[in-house]
Amino acid sequence: MAVTEAPLEAPEQFVEVVGEKIHWLQSGSGDSLIVLHHDIGNPGWLPFYEQLAQRFTVTVPDFPGWGQSERPVWMRSVRDLAVELNLLFDQAGIEEAVLVGLGFGGWVAAEMATMNQLRCKRLVLVGATGLQPPEGEILDQFLYAHMDYVKMGFHDSDNFHRVYGEEPATEQLMDWDVHREMTARIAWKPYLFSQTLPHLLPGLTTPALIVWGEDDRIVPRSCGERYRDALPNSRLEVIEGAGHFVEMEKPDELSRMVLDFVGA
Amino acid sequence: MFIAYFTEQPDSSFPQEIGDELGYTALLLPNKYFNAEAVSELYQLRLREYQRAEEVGFDGIMLNEHHNAPFCLQSKCNIFAAVLAAATDHVWIELLGNPLPVSDNPVRLAEEIGMLDLISKGRIISGFVRGGGTEQISTNANPAYNRERFVESHDLIVKTWMEPGPWRWEGNHFQMRVVNPWIRPLQKPHPRIWMPGVASKETVIFAAEHRYPFVALSTTFETTKKIWDLYDQTARAVGYEPGPETKGYELRVHVQDTEEKAIAAAQHYMWMQGEFTGVTHPVWHNPSGYGSPTWRRQFVEMANGRRKNVANVGKDVTIQDLMRAGNVIVGTPDQVIKGLKRVLDELRPGILNIWCNDGRISHETGMRCIELMGQEVLPVIRRYADELGLNSPFDIDAPVSLATTPQAELQPVGA
Repeated sequence: MAVTEAPLEAPEQFVEVVGEKIHWLQSGSGDSLIVLHHDIGNPGWLPFYEQLAQRFTVTVPDFPGWGQSERPVWMRSVRDLAVELNLLFDQAGIEEAVLVGLGFGGWVAAEMATMNQLRCKRLVLVGATGLQPPEGEILDQFLYAHMDYVKMGFHDSDNFHRVYGEEPATEQLMDWDVHREMTARIAWKPYLFSQTLPHLLPGLTTPALIVWGEDDRIVPRSCGERYRDALPNSRLEVIEGAGHFVEMEKPDELSRMVLDFVGA
Repeated sequence: MFIAYFTEQPDSSFPQEIGDELGYTALLLPNKYFNAEAVSELYQLRLREYQRAEEVGFDGIMLNEHHNAPFCLQSKCNIFAAVLAAATDHVWIELLGNPLPVSDNPVRLAEEIGMLDLISKGRIISGFVRGGGTEQISTNANPAYNRERFVESHDLIVKTWMEPGPWRWEGNHFQMRVVNPWIRPLQKPHPRIWMPGVASKETVIFAAEHRYPFVALSTTFETTKKIWDLYDQTARAVGYEPGPETKGYELRVHVQDTEEKAIAAAQHYMWMQGEFTGVTHPVWHNPSGYGSPTWRRQFVEMANGRRKNVANVGKDVTIQDLMRAGNVIVGTPDQVIKGLKRVLDELRPGILNIWCNDGRISHETGMRCIELMGQEVLPVIRRYADELGLNSPFDIDAPVSLATTPQAELQPVGA
């Protein structure tokens, strides 16, 4: 299946946790699978989600402060964000789920898993931030215009245009700016990684699949290797022809890899 | 009228062709092009110019602070202030100012400014700024909390100066378990606080609500008048009638013996395409969260190349274009006096910061400008300001803040 021209549709819902309104998209049936989005936010119901929804009930929340979810002015760290999402899924009664974290969302997923390993049936980290790369640096988006940063996350610029159109609307640029501001609020320093997470990961025996786009220019692959080395029950796979936004460039390969991993 | 001398302290040794090639002259301009020997010499020349400015009759010397860019060699305004505290005698040292959000220790700043006030025998005017957008990046200060950190740091510094310690500060962005610095400023209740700014409404309101003079930095007449309207409205709402002592204006003024010489020198104002914080990418200039959310649309359009960058004057604009607008004044003493009188008529400031020298203006040319200003221009302008009733905060001994204004004097509008 080729990458679809426009995002597909999925039922949306607003739920409240710690007094804040959270927006999510949910579709499919079966066991729970939660997708945690990138720092640039979720562009909509992507083909990747739809493919996973053939076997799972897929939930994609907008993080607090991203998309249509209310901004938590108190929030100071990605760990705070992970706690709030864990509370959200407690409240939603999701006792077991596969966590799929994309980029920045991979960091969120790893934090969530360290707090509540029992809920995390399987962990999938795709181009995850959260660890300081032993080689190279995580690209600093604050030095690049919003659109240039997003384009750098694609291996092939045609894929960018398929998802975001020829000329993304100003509203899209403004959304990216709000998301960038929220990223600054909780992950400015150290930029997009935790100094304490690596010490907690060895306690995580949940089976973990780590996936990297071969041409990821945002997060060095050395981060993936570090996750693989820190997580006792993990392996690292590389997908060719993909940049950082693997789920938008290679949804078929990625969904197949995830479904194989979870034994679906 | 209070009149101060200002220069950005430009690094005239910087190889401009590198900036032209890269398309930017700030933040990421590689510092391998820094010429230490040349800059060491430039500091000596600036010091002599400041001393001359004091001799010829300027009331103050305005200092500022910027980072990672050759347009300004002051990466810490308190350091040059310390030099001036010892190397000058009676001139006011006007810090415009310390960028509060980029410092993690406001009590340290309170101590530094206190020391400066003591060494200078009470000659410090302590301006506070948010720091430029690019400076949030170069100092790794979180742009999303810039405004909050500015306000909290200000509150903590003023309390440190005003309230005898020891006490404790457990704030949102700053926590200090013991606030009790031995050093306290000489001026009582504390050094005057002036707030420089450009177009940020929040800063204008903050200044007016605290009864701090607002110093508009090279804004157009039209924008400046809008700033004054907002200031006055806010001031009346909190209970005082704002006069010229609350209004400061900074502008480029270059004077020489002939118009030809003055215009030749003033071309240097355009050395960064006329952009006085260097040429930057708009996305560095305004990192997400730094600006007012009401500007988000305009900002993302600029950052992504869909709108002209308002912070960048542009290569096509000439010094003559700026002179026509009236807020850059260049010429002989008579011409400059005429231009400055128009500024006083139009804007009625009690504080004037005159930015005389910039770019590659030579030391000799710069010195001549300072001398002509002192000998020919300032006396006339002072008399004219007196006729117009343009008093500075010193002229009328205005309270240093709203908090130190006797309650009985305040009459909030609508109260």
